[in-house]
Amino acid sequence: MRRSMLFLPGNNPNMIINGDVLGSDSVILDLEDAVSPAEKDAARILVRNTLKYLKFENCEIIVRINSIDTEYWKDDLDEIVPLKPDLIMPTKVSCADDIRTIDAYMSEIEKKHGMENNTVHLIPLIETAMGVENAFEIAKSTDRVVAMFLGGEDLTADLHCKRTKVGNEISYARSRMVSAARAAGIDVYDTPFTDVNDDEGIRVDCELAKSLGFTGKASISPRHVSVINEVFSPSHKDVDYAYEVFEAIKTAKELGKGAIALHGKMIDKPIVERARQVISMYEEIVRRNGGLD
Amino acid sequence: MNKIISSASAGTLESSDVYIEVEPSENNEVSVESVVLKQFGDSIVKTAESVLDELDIKNAKVHIIDKGALDCVIRARLETALRRAEKENK
Repeated sequence: MRRSMLFLPGNNPNMIINGDVLGSDSVILDLEDAVSPAEKDAARILVRNTLKYLKFENCEIIVRINSIDTEYWKDDLDEIVPLKPDLIMPTKVSCADDIRTIDAYMSEIEKKHGMENNTVHLIPLIETAMGVENAFEIAKSTDRVVAMFLGGEDLTADLHCKRTKVGNEISYARSRMVSAARAAGIDVYDTPFTDVNDDEGIRVDCELAKSLGFTGKASISPRHVSVINEVFSPSHKDVDYAYEVFEAIKTAKELGKGAIALHGKMIDKPIVERARQVISMYEEIVRRNGGLD
Repeated sequence: MNKIISSASAGTLESSDVYIEVEPSENNEVSVESVVLKQFGDSIVKTAESVLDELDIKNAKVHIIDKGALDCVIRARLETALRRAEKENK
């Protein structure tokens, strides 16, 4: 279950070592924008050691690496991949070939370290107009890609427009990303809401993203994590309905009925699949937190 | 054996971090400043010596200013400083 992804600067030990207790489903240890060029080496070694010596039991680890048009990305992968983070987040991914290049290099590293091929997965960061247009091809480029993430800040710069709270300027990109990811059968994550002090704004932005079909949302502030988790969790009503669906299926089977209705509505395959997803997420939330808030 | 050939530093003086300076020397020498020197001074020195061993460096004078860093952070900062010191200063 990955609803929230919290960015933590890769060269800041004070934040990284607390990453496990901030409530986020994933933390993104950032080697890219949060780290100055002079400190890339330090951050890379710090993140590597963090993965080597610290246990993160309450969250998944994602490492954001520098883009393939920089001199850093291979060094990033050399240090990080052998420590088996859950995901690598390549940046400024604009086409499937970008991912294939990264995939091939990761395979070399995995082979060199006696790891099974495809041990470490990818969540490409799509933050260019070209990337948005190629989203489906990127999603389908290799088996390593298990999710995609939309980066609104760099995207709006590339689109020559201003980033706003309402986000009309990225509405096409959001829909296109969701459609591409869902067509490819992978998860998709929305861009962070960058006003750390706007508690109402983050909720509205989360609800918009959820209504569009996003799986979850990234955050640049621990303050936003609880709202993201709440909005992207099923409601009590969703959970009750999901269990009712399976109860109705069971009853129909016992009675030998083919067609099943619940509250006057036919239960078809998409409803069953949705109910299955809701129950799976609910059970994971119960396992982690004891129940829904 | 690897050799350091210049002075270098890594880390910061922020909480949970450590600032480390290294310079070439005849032998390895490690000194520590820390608010928890009494409790953890020996452990910090041992960690530093272990990193020097792992990197096979025998000519580094290491000065550590600790701000409550975990062992893995001390290791990372020392490795960074030593790798920087293996190159000529620009």
